[in-house]
Amino acid sequence: MELRGEELLPGAASGALLVLDAPLSFWGGVDPGSGRITQVRHPQVGQTIAGTILALPATIGSSSSSSVLLELIAGGRAPAALVLRDVDAILLLGAVVARELGWAAPPALRIEAAGWDRLVTGRHAALDGGRLVVDRS
Amino acid sequence: MSLQLSAEEEGLLAGAAGPGAAMALRIVSEAARLLGAPRLLPVASAHIDGCLYHGDSGVAFAERLAGLGARVAVPTTTNVGALDLLRPENVRLDPHRRAMALRLMRAHEAVGCRPTWTCAPYQAGHRPACGTDVAWGESNAVAFVNSVLGARTNRYGDFLDLCCAITGRAPDSGLHRPEHRRATLLVDVTALPPRLVAEPAFYPVFGAWYGQAVGQAVGAIAGLPKDVGEDELKAFAAAAASTGAVALFHVIGRTPEAPDAEAAFGGQPPDAVLRPDARSLAAQRAGLSTASPEGNRVDAVAVGSPHLSAGEFDRLLALFAGRRSRLPFYACTGRHTLAALEQGGRRPALDEAGITVVADTCVVVTPVLRGMSGVLMTNSGKFAHYAPGNTGYAALFGSLSDCVETAVAGRLYRDESLWS
Repeated sequence: MELRGEELLPGAASGALLVLDAPLSFWGGVDPGSGRITQVRHPQVGQTIAGTILALPATIGSSSSSSVLLELIAGGRAPAALVLRDVDAILLLGAVVARELGWAAPPALRIEAAGWDRLVTGRHAALDGGRLVVDRS
Repeated sequence: MSLQLSAEEEGLLAGAAGPGAAMALRIVSEAARLLGAPRLLPVASAHIDGCLYHGDSGVAFAERLAGLGARVAVPTTTNVGALDLLRPENVRLDPHRRAMALRLMRAHEAVGCRPTWTCAPYQAGHRPACGTDVAWGESNAVAFVNSVLGARTNRYGDFLDLCCAITGRAPDSGLHRPEHRRATLLVDVTALPPRLVAEPAFYPVFGAWYGQAVGQAVGAIAGLPKDVGEDELKAFAAAAASTGAVALFHVIGRTPEAPDAEAAFGGQPPDAVLRPDARSLAAQRAGLSTASPEGNRVDAVAVGSPHLSAGEFDRLLALFAGRRSRLPFYACTGRHTLAALEQGGRRPALDEAGITVVADTCVVVTPVLRGMSGVLMTNSGKFAHYAPGNTGYAALFGSLSDCVETAVAGRLYRDESLWS
């Protein structure tokens, strides 16, 4: 199954989908050392975002989210790719800065709300340019 | 809509002002593209929040810019760092973090930032004129400079703030545009008891309520005194920006874009009217405390978020009235205020009252408090919001007078008469 969207940050990546069930604040909500979700009231607290195709229905706009994403990238614990419903410029800036520093940073894709019910946690997915291909099982 | 750069900006990208400025402009342009901004606009000043240490990658970023010879293009102040450079013993960080936090602060000095290390730069002489575009970070400073001074900024986060300072440019979007600065919600407090509105502790409580109720919308407040002080608006803005990402509010009859309701709402009717009553504010005040007041235990008192002004220190010393704190008592401020206190000969009185003055940083962003748990009393809505998550201390909120009486008694004292 293939979804098309707006290529926010170019690149290709693949991995297991992790679709967040609630908004996540990277600052104070993700451990920058391990990539584990630490936001106490988050339904997926304890899971790791490292290496996943991370689908974020919404973020909570802390102005230090970019620092946390950069720290995750520097430590090799970032998601393999970011799939967003809305553009979060503060979060994505962490990946922009990582590329400036010469570090491999996750690509990012924006997908319209209508396609979101086809994103299922655990399925393998591959992102390339403006396309996201999700395995059927 | 694609981003159009001016000839001068194209020149910066090509390296006209060196490779550091080119890198900074690439980052500002990427942010503008992601925000959908059609162009960049010149900014008159910047305030940088990215000098607080979050990890070694942020140090790599600032040192890369400094190493490429970048310099800020506009007057730029710095927010708090993770160290008290004047009294290093105030902060307990391990040697690696201490060294990296210092390198981060020094890299900001190397690119030409004015080392103010304060979250209240608007009380340290950095006061842009009404209507000018600026690029500021730090949530309370953003809310203050937009609302109380009438300058125009979005909430510029880590990295983007410094890149805007180096390029003198910011994406033309959001609150830089007049049409996004018009109030859409009316918050009417005219029916509240005048003695409640006259109490300084009303402002952080009302701010915390406002942030939750209004969020990122632009509200206009009716019913505050026309001479409400800057320190009160500072406390309101900090609390509102903590609980609700508030970046701009108007106070009708007091703030520059709201001489009257007509101006605040641009001649249109508000989409909604909110009228908090004394009961909902009392509930908000209770919600600022996470510790149980039972047993009356308090382990430390902290004031100064945002950083205390000289006037707030005068009030603090007047409340102590020659008495001494039995608890660790931290007063956070900027070096600009510390210098004024020393020149005014007030420093000995602070020492005699048992007050630990913390400058350049504050107790919720770096380890200053003893241990990792306890009960912290504060008059700051922002400290009350962040202390439990950042320090492990439970919070108890009270007025400045409550904080002093608690400190002198060594156990919790609060005057409940205003709120009951």
